[in-house]
Amino acid sequence: MNTPDLHEPGEACLSCPSRFSQLRKLGLRVAESDHVIALAGNPNTGKTTVFNALTGLRMHTGNWPGKTISRAEGGFSYEGKNFKLVDLPGTYSLLSASPDEEVARGFLLFGRPDVTVIVADATCMERNLNLTLQILQITRRAVLCLNLMDEARANGIDIDTRQLARDLGIPVVPCAARSGEGIPELIREISIMAAREDAPAPRRLPLEIPGLRLALDRIEGDLQETFPQLPQPRWVALRLLEGDREIIEAVRSGEIGALSAPVHERLHHSA
Amino acid sequence: MKSAETILKQASELRWQLPQNLHDRIAESIHGEAARIAARSLTRSAGNRRLAWQQKLDRLLTSPWTAFPIMVAVLGAILWLTIAGANVPSGMLNTLLVEKGHAMISQWFVAAGAPAWLKGLLVDGMYLATAWVIAVMLPPMAIFFPCFTLLEDFGFLPRVAFNLDRIFQKAGAHGKQALTMAMGLGCNAAGVVATRIIDSPRERIIAILTNNFSLCNGRWPTQILMATIFIGALAPEGWAGSIAALSVLVVALLGFGFAMLTSWLLARTVLRGEATSFSLELPPYRPPNFWKTLYTSLIDRTLIVLWRAVVFALPAGAVIWLVANVFIGDLTMAEWFVRAAEPLAWTMGLTGVILLAYVVAIPANEIVIPAILMLTVLVTGSAGGAGAGVMFEADEATVHAMLTAGGWTTLTAVCLMLFSLCHNPCSTTLYTIYRETRSWKWTAVSALLPLVMGFALCALVAAVWRALV
Repeated sequence: MNTPDLHEPGEACLSCPSRFSQLRKLGLRVAESDHVIALAGNPNTGKTTVFNALTGLRMHTGNWPGKTISRAEGGFSYEGKNFKLVDLPGTYSLLSASPDEEVARGFLLFGRPDVTVIVADATCMERNLNLTLQILQITRRAVLCLNLMDEARANGIDIDTRQLARDLGIPVVPCAARSGEGIPELIREISIMAAREDAPAPRRLPLEIPGLRLALDRIEGDLQETFPQLPQPRWVALRLLEGDREIIEAVRSGEIGALSAPVHERLHHSA
Repeated sequence: MKSAETILKQASELRWQLPQNLHDRIAESIHGEAARIAARSLTRSAGNRRLAWQQKLDRLLTSPWTAFPIMVAVLGAILWLTIAGANVPSGMLNTLLVEKGHAMISQWFVAAGAPAWLKGLLVDGMYLATAWVIAVMLPPMAIFFPCFTLLEDFGFLPRVAFNLDRIFQKAGAHGKQALTMAMGLGCNAAGVVATRIIDSPRERIIAILTNNFSLCNGRWPTQILMATIFIGALAPEGWAGSIAALSVLVVALLGFGFAMLTSWLLARTVLRGEATSFSLELPPYRPPNFWKTLYTSLIDRTLIVLWRAVVFALPAGAVIWLVANVFIGDLTMAEWFVRAAEPLAWTMGLTGVILLAYVVAIPANEIVIPAILMLTVLVTGSAGGAGAGVMFEADEATVHAMLTAGGWTTLTAVCLMLFSLCHNPCSTTLYTIYRETRSWKWTAVSALLPLVMGFALCALVAAVWRALV
């Protein structure tokens, strides 16, 4: 719909190998952007509003879950870097196999964005942290945007964002995207996270289920041996134990092994 | 190093040693962790007036006793606002574009010495049809869409879905169909795309097939015009607007009823199955961002939809002028068609002109009214006086007089309103249906089902009417 006209990849890019094709396969035009940023979160947390606030676009928003059906794309620049922003459909979890969840999960896993901005509704934190924790198992290159802070305050909810940031291990930015509150801070955190060279290990979950830890350790070990660059072997191991078809297919085809470096490295290699 | 296959094999062996409800237990432990983290950083101050207010409003908007009257009243109020508010600007646009604009451009063509057929095709056909579409459509849409968007932003739509869920469930359809039908009130093609929020393929097909029963913006002008000049005119002075709005509301609700009935029939015959459950979050009420909403709904919806209508009106205007001016033997193409269609049209309480207009308007419902008026002028040779296939109109009274001269009665208006509700979707919607279902069969069903229903319904109403009156 309102996708801004970004240039098609140039000749040099088209000829460069696999790393770039991964994103192109997902239909993303990434040429001329230095970083790819994904916007994920529960339905109706104002992802599209945050998207609009960051890009200056005016995608239609609405107060009902499931409003964003297709993936919207836009861009912004900050301190001389171009950021490509992808607005993913809202999901409650990444565990089931409904089409919108597959779009979101597939993008986080196979698109490997440089930064994932998790948009959470500050008025119902608990439900939103559920998804946050699941995303952090795939990537820690994430920033939590605690949106709708104005409403949370009006509802008498007070959130200790520093405590939350410590617990989650990622930056937390309180926002009210509708009025633009917190957006400059969010952009700064995105930029800092995107520039980080190290790849923080995904967050581990305390899974106290009999036999699970042992099984996970074994599969994880094997995966690490076969795909030494795989950034989230434990999450992949868990998905395999749960019998996730999409992930099984990705392991079988070896596609999972290509997921070694974050996007911006892939871009720089190809440049 | 192990091969991928070995790892997969090992994983599936290990799976057997794990608890059977592994999935649920993982979800539980994630949830537990989320709750622990939330508890550590969150404090709630007690006694919250805003939350209490929201809960009260929710109780009012979702209680079985008050919810339905409120929903109907809200829809009625929007329709009334649209009808009452659009009248004056529509008249002004009409004077500007149709009366003055047409005369002026005609003069230019005459002054430039353009041949009559060229002036006819370009000015009397394409320009007039487009000018008409803008005059008829722009004002109601500029009122209807922002109103609807404000409600959407406020958080009203999920409550509507919540209220209607029980009815949809009984019909064997998905509760989220209410949301897709609400989108259909704007544009059926958009409504069909919105059915993607329904996971179950069976219920999604039902939602796609019945979306057409949501009156789209291309059909609101037809409803509003018929209600205003024929039904509102029956009411005493001062009540005309309200009665007109009420009659449009009845048609809109009838559409909802047909959607339910069709869903029920489909769910009992070709699309059998249980209604699946789903979770619907009732979002907090949020004060709509008034000016921003106004801007986005005007740009994103009104102008885009209007642009589409104009794009279709241009060639349609040419087609209308051509069928009204190209002779085969001693009659024009339009007259041949109208004569042939007249018996069928009479049975349905319509006229041959209306059926021809609906053939011309397959690309877009917006063309129906301009086509009817242009063709009526031709067939009756009445008023306007600008020659064959030129529609020319000043105000409601003139339209009324012109249509009456074309053999219209109140029955014609009523049947047209019903047929406008119950006929094939426009070609854009049909194409969208094909793209979403990838099935010619379902695309054909979605075109024929409402068409057959429309024929039957109009014939029934006409027969009963003629027996009684």
